[in-house]
Amino acid sequence: MTVLLALLLQTPPRAGGPPSPGPVATPPIYGYIPIVIFFLIAVLLPVVLLGVSRLVQRQVFEREKLMPYECGVDPIGDARDRFSVRFYIVAMLFLVFDVETIFLFPWAVIYDRLAVFGLVEMLLFIGILVVGYYYAWQKGALEWA
Amino acid sequence: MQALLTTLLFVAPGWVRDWITHEKQPNVFWSEYIVWPLIQIVIVVIVVLTLVAYLTYLERKVSALIQARLGPMRVGPWGLLQPLADGIKLLIKEDIVPIKADRAVFLVAPIISLVAAMVVLAVIPWGAAWATIANVNIGLLFILAVSSVGVLGLVLAGWSSNSKYSLLGALRSSAQMVSYEIGMGLSIIGALMFARTLSMSGIIDAQQTDSLWGLGYFLYQPLGVLVYLTSALGETNRAPFDLPEAESELVAGYHTEYSGFRWALFFMAEYSSMIVTAAVAVTVFFGGWYFPGLGLVKNPTLFVLLSIVIFGAKIAVLLYAYMWFRWTWPRYRYDQLMELGWKWMIPAGLANIVLTGVFYVLALPKAQGGLLGFMHEEKGRLIPTKLGILYFIVTGFVVTIPIVWGLLTTINRRSRDFNLHEQRQLQVNLRRERLEKMLQQGAGTQPAEGGQ
Amino acid sequence: MTPEKVEKALFIIFAVIAIASALNILLQRSPIYSALSLIGTLLSLSALYLTVRAQFIAAIQIVVYAGAIMVLFLFVIMLLNVPKDQPQIEKQKGLRYLAIPFAGALIAETFYVLRLVPARALPVVAPAMADQAVGTTWSIGVGLFTSYLLPFEVTSVLILMAVVGAMVLARREGD
Repeated sequence: MTVLLALLLQTPPRAGGPPSPGPVATPPIYGYIPIVIFFLIAVLLPVVLLGVSRLVQRQVFEREKLMPYECGVDPIGDARDRFSVRFYIVAMLFLVFDVETIFLFPWAVIYDRLAVFGLVEMLLFIGILVVGYYYAWQKGALEWA
Repeated sequence: MQALLTTLLFVAPGWVRDWITHEKQPNVFWSEYIVWPLIQIVIVVIVVLTLVAYLTYLERKVSALIQARLGPMRVGPWGLLQPLADGIKLLIKEDIVPIKADRAVFLVAPIISLVAAMVVLAVIPWGAAWATIANVNIGLLFILAVSSVGVLGLVLAGWSSNSKYSLLGALRSSAQMVSYEIGMGLSIIGALMFARTLSMSGIIDAQQTDSLWGLGYFLYQPLGVLVYLTSALGETNRAPFDLPEAESELVAGYHTEYSGFRWALFFMAEYSSMIVTAAVAVTVFFGGWYFPGLGLVKNPTLFVLLSIVIFGAKIAVLLYAYMWFRWTWPRYRYDQLMELGWKWMIPAGLANIVLTGVFYVLALPKAQGGLLGFMHEEKGRLIPTKLGILYFIVTGFVVTIPIVWGLLTTINRRSRDFNLHEQRQLQVNLRRERLEKMLQQGAGTQPAEGGQ
Repeated sequence: MTPEKVEKALFIIFAVIAIASALNILLQRSPIYSALSLIGTLLSLSALYLTVRAQFIAAIQIVVYAGAIMVLFLFVIMLLNVPKDQPQIEKQKGLRYLAIPFAGALIAETFYVLRLVPARALPVVAPAMADQAVGTTWSIGVGLFTSYLLPFEVTSVLILMAVVGAMVLARREGD
């Protein structure tokens, strides 16, 4: 028990005490290495779990079971049919507004320096985009039913 | 026993490190960026997976209690071992690949979903100092970025299944997720204008100096919080926005054809993205791992451990809210859902940014052109004075919310979708008019038309 | 393990992944597999941006390309629904050979640019300055909203045009 306590109370490798870690003295790129490791583990985890599952499961082959579910009836036609163009419009509008949101991030980060100047230029930017938004709305792209 | 423990905990890691590095000198790179993060990652993965398993238990238990039932009670005391039983069951269940499916894509899609949901956990500040795995400069953007990749797994799953229900479910889910993603991004900007950093730990630090007792930006950004939480519900496909798996219409949505553990992967992805959205809300709006009074703790290790507990508790509250909402609000219709995303959340997010910008500029120090001078510079960053804190809270609650509410109801005044009472009233009125017309027309001749 | 070695190793790993998945895009017959490989390429490109410390660009690469544009691509692929086993019929066989001079021109251009800017002439950022260095959100914000203000505002017009264009294209035939 004392050993465990000692482990807990020793200064951990990156302990900076109560204040949070300040700017790291090493190149910032190193901070991403743990993410890469996490990525590898996150890929490995489902693969291993599925592998284990493959080993312990019992597989019974039956034609009926392998058919796509359609309320118990034999499927009619192919599922990959054409679908409403609305989904496509939503995806395009998403792309546009996503790009707009991205521009707001660096703006917010330096907003204290830009102050009034920043407010005016962002009002202009958002204003022009609201025109596009209004246009899309008027054209009925935002209506679903 | 103690000697063994000492060896295991203190000496052995050194051996491993030396064995990996082939160097006797302790190498900062390996210990700092490989070995130590690896330990953290393994702990986080194990904890989150356990949490995911127990979230399913909690979901059932909370649902049961809300409906005055008992929920799972059979496996272990109070059914506490239920998640374990479910896990084993899923593991030994058959993993079926439908015959008409696109095999490779079908097999890969759930993995994409899970990986996208899990990698994000790397940048979440679970606690102070060493409790964060990767404190990167663009943490928040990284989370938004990787979560947006998760949509792909779901689209691919729906398409590859080659089942009508799956395809429709996938289309609906993805359209819903991308719609709410914009609202989510916009809602965060307001808080970022105060924090002025995208680093997750940096945002928490900023809140400690900026906000009232370090409680968080939710005091300045009530509208941002509302938009964020609504969008987060939409983004994670939770009730009342759980249309993709509206059982009564779409069977199970995009994972209709999945079974066994491959289905469980989707489930794990869904629950871990719930945890992630809650963690982002806690980090950006609710002060992260800080709580008033935490500064009194002087022991660094105890400080970090307590910070982890606080962060976990805040997440737990939000997760409970998720489950609570599920049994409180009825499910939206799909057109209502898209309308809420595009016509309410996006304008609200934009208006919040503009109003916050205006209030911020007004409060700047007089030297920088502000009118009110409610901010002062400390250690190279602008923070609100005592009066400034009050000013931001008042503007947030008393000015922003009514203005935006007015704006939204004005631009949506012709929308019929959110006034269910009026909708019903409309139908009742139409029916009454028709009946009255009929009665008038055939007053004497056919009296028995509107009998019911 | 020196920092330079680590960076070089990471660069090589991700460059190989990027090129391999880019080749796979071309070699796959089915559009959906090409799209999957494209995701791989985009993600490894993002990692390459990180190795040159362009963190913000790396994140945006994922948000815009891997997130938004790929969803659009997948929708289009699903919408068009090209049968998997049916090879595309090439209408103009001659166009294929036009690719060679174009590729050659691109490669020549790349070499020309690389020769123009010797690698050693690039400024080395001291670790202490890393937060203010090129590529962070902060420095991009400063550049975007001061020196390149006009291009930024013009971007909004461009995005507006994109909205209008999308509406017109999608609605041409009427629902």
